[in-house]
Amino acid sequence: MLLIILLIFMIAGAIIALETKNLLSAVIAVGAVGAGVSICFLMLGAPDIAITQMAVETLSLVILIRATISRDLTHVTAQKEVGGLIAIGVFMAIFVLFSTFALMEIPSFGKPLMTVSSHYVQNGLAQTGASNIVSAIILDYRGYDTLGEATILFVAVAGAIVLLRKKGRKKVGEKDE
Amino acid sequence: MNKPGMTLIVKTIVRISTSLILLYGVYIVAYGQLTPGGGFPGGVIIGAAFILLCLAFGKEVALKKMSTASASILDSAGALIFLGVALLGYIWGTFFLNFFPNKGIPFHLWTAGIIPLCNIGIGLKVSVCLFGAFIALVLFRVAKKEN
Repeated sequence: MLLIILLIFMIAGAIIALETKNLLSAVIAVGAVGAGVSICFLMLGAPDIAITQMAVETLSLVILIRATISRDLTHVTAQKEVGGLIAIGVFMAIFVLFSTFALMEIPSFGKPLMTVSSHYVQNGLAQTGASNIVSAIILDYRGYDTLGEATILFVAVAGAIVLLRKKGRKKVGEKDE
Repeated sequence: MNKPGMTLIVKTIVRISTSLILLYGVYIVAYGQLTPGGGFPGGVIIGAAFILLCLAFGKEVALKKMSTASASILDSAGALIFLGVALLGYIWGTFFLNFFPNKGIPFHLWTAGIIPLCNIGIGLKVSVCLFGAFIALVLFRVAKKEN
């Protein structure tokens, strides 16, 4: 029941974030959605993801508010186009249709049927020695995935620092080739 | 008041709370194999402590604590620790092998073989990465204002 209330709260926050004209209010509404997602994870028994969601949410809000919103860009005045709205409607209809087909096939909520995950749960403590099974999975059994994620973050931040640096590498008089 | 940063109240609170936030982040990283948490959220919390310093005291103070050069070095070091631990498994056979023969007593701090090492690497990497991204965006904004 509380989960449904939280979901309604999050949907309302998302709609407010889309529709409001003030960019700062939109960022704060997105933050409310993130906090709702975090409480949802906590209620569904995933404290690892809840901690990560809360920390990343707070940090990304601070970065968005402080570092990207400049003073002359806080109000959005652009109008929405009709063709774009029609395209969004068509693609959403296709997405909902196919996802309905897909969702009929998956096992019902909270029902562990997968053999791989039951193997992890039964042998995880003995094989890795980690009492937090999430750590055992993401850093031992599925360490390759985590390496990929770390590489993504590394490349993204390296690109951001290279693109946004203050001084260029070129000398003053040098020309483009 | 020509000093950069926020008011005296904010500075005092930040001065007290930053060390506690750092300690909490280190705790989350170090106990990642025992309790919920791990390298990524702990790293984000440590990075947030530095960003809090940067917000409250201005970017010069934060850059004195962690300059851009040392940030890039630590970032690469964290990534290399993680990749190196993964590659060390090749000595015993496969990629990402948990190569410690004795996993230790469960529910004690130094258990679980390579998992704490990976957590420390990821925590180092993520914290410095996010601080670096924030500093890059702030410097970009300052440079735009000067033009």
